[in-house]
Amino acid sequence: MSLPLFVPIKLPNGTTYEQPTGLFINNEFVQSKSKKTFGTVSPSTEEEITQVYEAFSEDIDDAVEAATAAFHSSWSTSDPQVRMKVLYKLADLIDEHADTLAHIEALDNGKSLMCSKGDVALTAAYFRSCAGWTDKIKGSVIETGDTHFNYTRREPIGVCGQIIPWNFPLLMASWKLGPVLCTGCTTVLKTAESTPLSALYLASLIKEAGAPPGVVNVVSGFGPTAGAPISSHPKIKKVAFTGSTATGRHIMKAAAESNLKKVTLELGGKSPNIVFDDADVKSTIQHLVTGIFYNTGEVCCAGSRIYVQEGIYDKIVSEFKNAAESLKIGDPFKEDTFMGAQTSQLQLDKILKYIDIGKKEGATVITGGERFGNKGYFIKPTIFGDVKEDHQIVRDEIFGPVVTITKFKTVEEVIALANDSEYGLAAGVHTTNLSTAISVSNKINSGTIWVNTYNDFHPMVPFGGYSQSGIGREMGEEALDNYTQVKAVRIGLSQ
Amino acid sequence: MSLPLEYSVTLPDGNTFTQPTGLFINNEFVKSVSGKTLDSINPSTSEVNGTVYCAEEEDVDIAVKAARAAFKDWKKVTGVDRGILLNKVADAFEAQRDLIGAIEAWDSGKTKEQNAVYDIDECISCFRYFAGWADKIQGKVIQNDPKKLAYTIHEPLGVCGQIIPWNYPLAMAAWKLAPALAAGNVVVLKTSEITPLSLLYVARLFKDAGFPAGVVNIISGFGAVAGKALSSHLDVDKIAFTGSTATGKLIQQAAASNLKAVTLECGGKSPLIIREDADLEQAVKWAAIGIMSNQGQICTSTSRVYVHESVYDKFLEEYTAHVKEAYKQGSMFDSEAVVGPQVSKVQRDKVLSYIEIGKKEGARLLLGGEKNSEGELSKGFYIKPTIFADIKPEMRIVNEEIFGPVVVVGKFSSDEEVITYANQTQYGLGAAIFTKDITVAHTMAAEIQAGMVWINSSNDSDVHIPFGGVKMSGVGRELGEYGLSIYTQAKAIHVNLGNKL
Repeated sequence: MSLPLFVPIKLPNGTTYEQPTGLFINNEFVQSKSKKTFGTVSPSTEEEITQVYEAFSEDIDDAVEAATAAFHSSWSTSDPQVRMKVLYKLADLIDEHADTLAHIEALDNGKSLMCSKGDVALTAAYFRSCAGWTDKIKGSVIETGDTHFNYTRREPIGVCGQIIPWNFPLLMASWKLGPVLCTGCTTVLKTAESTPLSALYLASLIKEAGAPPGVVNVVSGFGPTAGAPISSHPKIKKVAFTGSTATGRHIMKAAAESNLKKVTLELGGKSPNIVFDDADVKSTIQHLVTGIFYNTGEVCCAGSRIYVQEGIYDKIVSEFKNAAESLKIGDPFKEDTFMGAQTSQLQLDKILKYIDIGKKEGATVITGGERFGNKGYFIKPTIFGDVKEDHQIVRDEIFGPVVTITKFKTVEEVIALANDSEYGLAAGVHTTNLSTAISVSNKINSGTIWVNTYNDFHPMVPFGGYSQSGIGREMGEEALDNYTQVKAVRIGLSQ
Repeated sequence: MSLPLEYSVTLPDGNTFTQPTGLFINNEFVKSVSGKTLDSINPSTSEVNGTVYCAEEEDVDIAVKAARAAFKDWKKVTGVDRGILLNKVADAFEAQRDLIGAIEAWDSGKTKEQNAVYDIDECISCFRYFAGWADKIQGKVIQNDPKKLAYTIHEPLGVCGQIIPWNYPLAMAAWKLAPALAAGNVVVLKTSEITPLSLLYVARLFKDAGFPAGVVNIISGFGAVAGKALSSHLDVDKIAFTGSTATGKLIQQAAASNLKAVTLECGGKSPLIIREDADLEQAVKWAAIGIMSNQGQICTSTSRVYVHESVYDKFLEEYTAHVKEAYKQGSMFDSEAVVGPQVSKVQRDKVLSYIEIGKKEGARLLLGGEKNSEGELSKGFYIKPTIFADIKPEMRIVNEEIFGPVVVVGKFSSDEEVITYANQTQYGLGAAIFTKDITVAHTMAAEIQAGMVWINSSNDSDVHIPFGGVKMSGVGRELGEYGLSIYTQAKAIHVNLGNKL
């Protein structure tokens, strides 16, 4: 008896919804060619939610064929307001299905409903912002004298491959699909194997919004068997990946070795969160908490190294400790839960291992430092003090609710500490002094600097990394650069 | 007994609706302070379509005060939220496309099925386009001095006065309202006294969409009274006007009262050039649509056609036959009719007087040249599509804007000659060139004095592409990204990061 293509799933709030399980190709949910399936587990209960179909290289081929045919249809050449309509309708549908989507996300990823509701709202807002861009993609006319007429055009790149992570399954899908739908590209998007559900549900909304068959294809599968075929596929012109730096490296290699497809990457980070003596303590504490405990710390730009100026160090540590200890952790479906579960056994083990390393390295556990409960992948908010800059827990990305806190004296010192990393994704600066805010921001080597805020996103503000945190920017006008290429047309006007 | 604030209407196509009559201020329909009203006339029957309240100076003042008060909070609304409201307006137009198209036809003389409903589509497109810009209005950061953070913000101008004409009542309203609101301004918009009805109906859609009271104010009134009051008002930050060049001049002068920003879309006498190598069949069709659409009541109508001598006679023969066959005249609710009546008696008489001038000046009349008095049409302001040929450069019908379904055709022998003809008038709004030669197309486009040039089409406008004129055709560009710059002003902010005295 093969797995049905739609499976009813009962949510903890008592409602039941139809979860698609197939591969979404050409606007239809289909079985994988091999008929193979795999399971996805609820991190808060450790129980299997459902099986879904698993894509392999032959399924990727089918999806790429569909995307190729769609790219050569009128999708990218007809009036952009057609694409605008699809994106606006999709945003509206997401608003209509917001509750279901938030619940699916909390169920499959383990994050609290508080977090997943925010994700859903940002997802709709981003699609809406992309809708407005569809008919505003422009080139230039360049004057070189009477003998020529020169203009540039921005054209869609074509068939894209997109690989997204498990920490923000739905939101990451929107950051990838929004610009594709906007610019007239087509795509094959592979979800993370531990969180396949919300993107499949989104796929049915994309069809309802009017995207033609083949424009968006969504497949569930594993990196080596479904991700690798995407990054080396000869017919994919561009690959976009969000995930670990290690995997990003593989993808870039595969892209270069196959057909030199364009590559954009959103990778890891070890972002410094810096507090100056003149910071406003109350709001800073909130931003430190958001910086590392929001989304259970499974955030690429998490503020995972905190630096506090000596004049305010003791106060901050004590208030931060109190704040961490009063966070509600547990059942994601309880309205007031802030921290849900880590996303998988694998992640749980990895984080606990780093906590162990931290203890062995001689750091002090200011709070937390252990699992929470014995069912579900919960970890207590953990703060390490008395760390040294060469400790592994200060250098490596832990990707959990574990933060180090260090004292500093001068501005120059903390800028050097902040920049001493192979990463450069984000940074936080907390100060009430305008000059400090701007000059420190200008000197930190990161793609996003948050001043007196943290993990604070907007569809119009670009996001991406310096150094080994990535290549390219998502959101903002800059996202469109990743999905278009410039053609220069130079017309000789012979007299 | 004063005029009720609304009345019921049943249109010839069966649509029924409630027509508001008041001045739309602070999201409410109110009577004019003096009680003054004006009548709107049906161009097909000469009867009164309705009576509406008419704004005088004191009413303009009330509207401006409402807008100024609303601006305080409207300034704080995010671009994302402004975009959402504008999209809701587009949704509402879409939901009532047929009815709104019918009201527009009924009051303006446009034929409903062949003309008015497409104007509604344009309104929808315009609101959606600018809704998309609302959250994307960006300043710049200028990085030339490490000791300074220098940036610009593109802030709204504030209270914008907008005065629109009668030839595209709703589309012109959309072109004015959408960018102004997207950029964060508040508006007081005066409709033409000849076509006040459709926008009063539509005003409710702004309230329903959720625009706060005072952000959008719509008043009916006369140019000489309400228009003058708005353009000279000391608390209005900008005036945007579409209409005749003569009135445009008055507006620019009135605006000097407080140096308010001024943009003008005025008249035109746009040339359409057909070279020897043109696709003649296409040129004929575009040359027809370029002047006979909307009864020739388009600022950009290509009302002068210049044809290369080698194809002149052939063109005239095919053109005359095509216009005769394709441009059927009838009332607004005649679904086959392409050409309706002129908007008013005054306009009709003005066009007829130019036809008489043309005859006296010795131009050869090939088609039309008179009223259309067939049957029911005798009740309305109908003029037959008219073609004059063999024009000379000094003729009045060649240099002056007629604003009716009257085209003048002449011949030329060289590109230099026709460029001279093209540039000879005081206007510079549009121009069209029909040719297959790339070099000539681009170089001629560069040499013609016009804000817009169409190559192998005519009047092919689009909300994404800037629209406006040079010379006496106007100041500033509407639509496209350029259209935002006339509703924002750049404020430069310098943050000192270490320049000490």
